Amino acid sequence: MILAKVYVTLKKGVLDPQGKTVKHALNSLGFAGLEDVRIGKYMEVTLDEKSPEAARKAVTSMCEKLLANTVIEDYRVEVES
Amino acid sequence: MKFGIVVFPGSNCDHDCYHAAQHVLEQDAEFIWHKEKQISGVDCIILPGGFSYGDYLRTGAIAKFSPVMSAVRDFAAQGGLVIGICNGFQILLESGLLPGAMKRNDSLKFICKDTYLKVENSSSPFTNLLEEGEVLRIPIAHADGNYYADDETLKQLNRNRRIVFRYSDSNGHADDASNPNGSRENIAGIINEKGNVLGMMPHPERCIEDLLGNTDGRRILNSIVDHFGQ
Repeated sequence: MILAKVYVTLKKGVLDPQGKTVKHALNSLGFAGLEDVRIGKYMEVTLDEKSPEAARKAVTSMCEKLLANTVIEDYRVEVES
Repeated sequence: MKFGIVVFPGSNCDHDCYHAAQHVLEQDAEFIWHKEKQISGVDCIILPGGFSYGDYLRTGAIAKFSPVMSAVRDFAAQGGLVIGICNGFQILLESGLLPGAMKRNDSLKFICKDTYLKVENSSSPFTNLLEEGEVLRIPIAHADGNYYADDETLKQLNRNRRIVFRYSDSNGHADDASNPNGSRENIAGIINEKGNVLGMMPHPERCIEDLLGNTDGRRILNSIVDHFGQ
């Protein structure tokens, strides 16, 4: 079994209302020097593939079709070998 | 004419739409279960509001793979009228039948209130009884209605007069103050290139009877009936 970790975040340039609110909250808690906070989703996909390359290919296809909406979101796939 | 109302697991405005079509507009109506692979005998398909598949992952993201959606796609490709309301609009975006995507409302809150809509295009089958520039009062009820499209898409939507409704104040002035959810350019409803698919976040089926104190929504739904000469 191969574990793939998928990170989905709003694209750069697409305003993230949740991230903005959390940034304000961190500022008001006294955390200084914050540039930006972006909120996203984290998914773990466990799959039965022979190689990490095949797993990455499959999960990338999953991201394109369903896991991310590429109109507004970027995704990143990490495969654990 | 006949309306077909698609029912997904989690749809909750399907019966309101049925009531509007059958009892208020006095047209035929039938429910279409999301597992149907074919649609026949209907003139206009309504994708109703609600929380299809619990809004899991993203609003409309799972519904787009329902068997019925390929039939809806074929129906639209053949020129059939499709109207997606609220969650129905979100499903149309996820399906690629309309451009853009929905983000969480800027306020991060679920907003349920009346909004004013400025009619930007009255030549579509969905708005032919309306007048350009007139203002309707229609309620919204959503957490993810913050319409986003990139600059190039917005340019095309504007150029081809595909923005049908914008959130405005009661005088038809569309600005940040009259924008309930952060939608780009106050967009509340758009049509596809051919003009036979409409997506809108506000709920016309919720304001169709004097009893409820507002009948503005009836004028949108009546436009569809009028389009079929009935």
